Amino acid sequence: MNIVVCVKRVPKTAEADIFIEKDGKDIKKDNLVFALNDWDGYAVREAVALKEKFGGEVVVVSIGPEEAKEVLTRCLAMGADRALRIEEPPSSDACLIAQILSQAIKTQPFDLILTGVQAEDDGWGQVGVALAQILGLPHASIVNRIEIEDGKAKVKRELEGGLEELLEVKLPAVLTIQTGINEPKYVSLSAILEAEEKETKELGLEEIGVTHKEPLHTTIEQVSFPPVGKMAEILKGSPEEVVGQLTEIIKKKKG
Amino acid sequence: MGEIFVLVEHRQGKIRDITYEMIGLGENLANQKRTSLTALLLGQDVKTMAEDLSSRVSKVLVVDDENLRNFNSVLYQQALSSLISKYQPILLLIGHSAFGMDLAPSLSIETDLPLVTDCIGLWFENEKLKAIRSIYGGKVNASVSLKESRGYIATIRPGVFAPKPVGEKKGAIIMEHSPLKGATDIKKFIEYIEAPITGEDITQAEILVSVGQGIGGPEHIPMFEELAKNLGGTIACSRPVVDRNWLPKERQVGISGKTVKPKIYIAIGISGAFQHVTAMQGSETIIAINKDPRAPIFSVADYGIVDDFKNVIPILKEKVKGQTL
Repeated sequence: MNIVVCVKRVPKTAEADIFIEKDGKDIKKDNLVFALNDWDGYAVREAVALKEKFGGEVVVVSIGPEEAKEVLTRCLAMGADRALRIEEPPSSDACLIAQILSQAIKTQPFDLILTGVQAEDDGWGQVGVALAQILGLPHASIVNRIEIEDGKAKVKRELEGGLEELLEVKLPAVLTIQTGINEPKYVSLSAILEAEEKETKELGLEEIGVTHKEPLHTTIEQVSFPPVGKMAEILKGSPEEVVGQLTEIIKKKKG
Repeated sequence: MGEIFVLVEHRQGKIRDITYEMIGLGENLANQKRTSLTALLLGQDVKTMAEDLSSRVSKVLVVDDENLRNFNSVLYQQALSSLISKYQPILLLIGHSAFGMDLAPSLSIETDLPLVTDCIGLWFENEKLKAIRSIYGGKVNASVSLKESRGYIATIRPGVFAPKPVGEKKGAIIMEHSPLKGATDIKKFIEYIEAPITGEDITQAEILVSVGQGIGGPEHIPMFEELAKNLGGTIACSRPVVDRNWLPKERQVGISGKTVKPKIYIAIGISGAFQHVTAMQGSETIIAINKDPRAPIFSVADYGIVDDFKNVIPILKEKVKGQTL
């Protein structure tokens, strides 16, 4: 079973101070730490687990700057066999990314394509399902369990409120992977050092037949901090004082 | 001019809230564009739902087909692309939900209509559609413009727009001939799997001590359990905690977990992603403890402590011990 996994290098913004670029079109990224998109990590581990069960190879593909090689190396250390880095277009949107990925993946042998449900940064949640349509393949999104049998993937999709849906998708197919499908594993330094020896193939956009390099559907005009609605009353003082105030609030509000 | 379409989301015989929220938004957009709003209802035996909708919109288009009983993106897409080419709507609204996320991106490629997903704001400016999206984990909003097109598709974030209540309208219910040619074997719905009913029910708790990824690791869980116990409450968590197996799924507050409305909700190390906030903002009092003063959780909380939980929780835990709160 040959599996292609699409991955993205994203800035980790959860605990970072965020500033907006002068042109107002994006956040400043030079002080941010970048890493593998959380969802994509689950997709890579799932692909590697399927490979261990059924044989075949796992190829990871990323569109990104040279630094994207770091996340591809991490994927190789997690057990992927080969890596492709595709040149990043000057500006893009989810639809263009899906088009570029389709061009790169066409040349690879595959039975299954995995992506994350969405990216932590722009959160379109669009690329995997669009990619399936471009390649003429069936898909299932928000997948949290995969079983392969008789050329089909029996998958569970996560719905709302704890409900799940069991369905069957004919292979080859695209599945978008939800966090929690498997357990994060520690990636050792020696595995990373070993992975650095493996080749990451670099591909230019024209090399894979991409001539249109502009966003296809959407353009970000401006980014801004969300309007501050009702802000919490921040309790001030030493930890003891703060806890004192908090205890009073809890007493009062518990009624 | 083409109309604005809302794709009705329903599951297990019930219309989902996002549908009414999209009707609320769609009506404003239809007024702006001086056109009308139509609800698209795909399913089987959906008469009751059609009647409910007809009191809120001017027209309900119904495709009744046994193959549309349960959601299947392949069959829904077939029916929708046929309706789109017949009616040429200027905009189709779909929920940004497990249902819409499985459908909108492929439909957009097939119909060649530009798509913008997960919108928290949407309007027309001249002939172009514009949207507001929340990006970088809710830290920044982006205003997005779509390229000029005869029609658009937008998926709408649940819980953002005011729902359209039952109204006085007497919208027409129009039965469409089903464009489907039978079932499909590429993608088959098998069954729904309900969440198992287990031990403690967090939806019944009066006080929830809810922990997020910011607590750093599972080694701190016992301390929060003790705090919950001392407060006469229950421990809950956000999604990353379940993904990392620090607590079981039944403890999860969020869109894919449980919706809670306790008297007091204490969020510790939870940044406040909308998937979480949507499911706890109905709590009577919300207290947030987070070391990041810009964490979105502080804009839903009533009271906040900006500090490392390690400086606060041990003191709080002891202070409330044995007290009748």
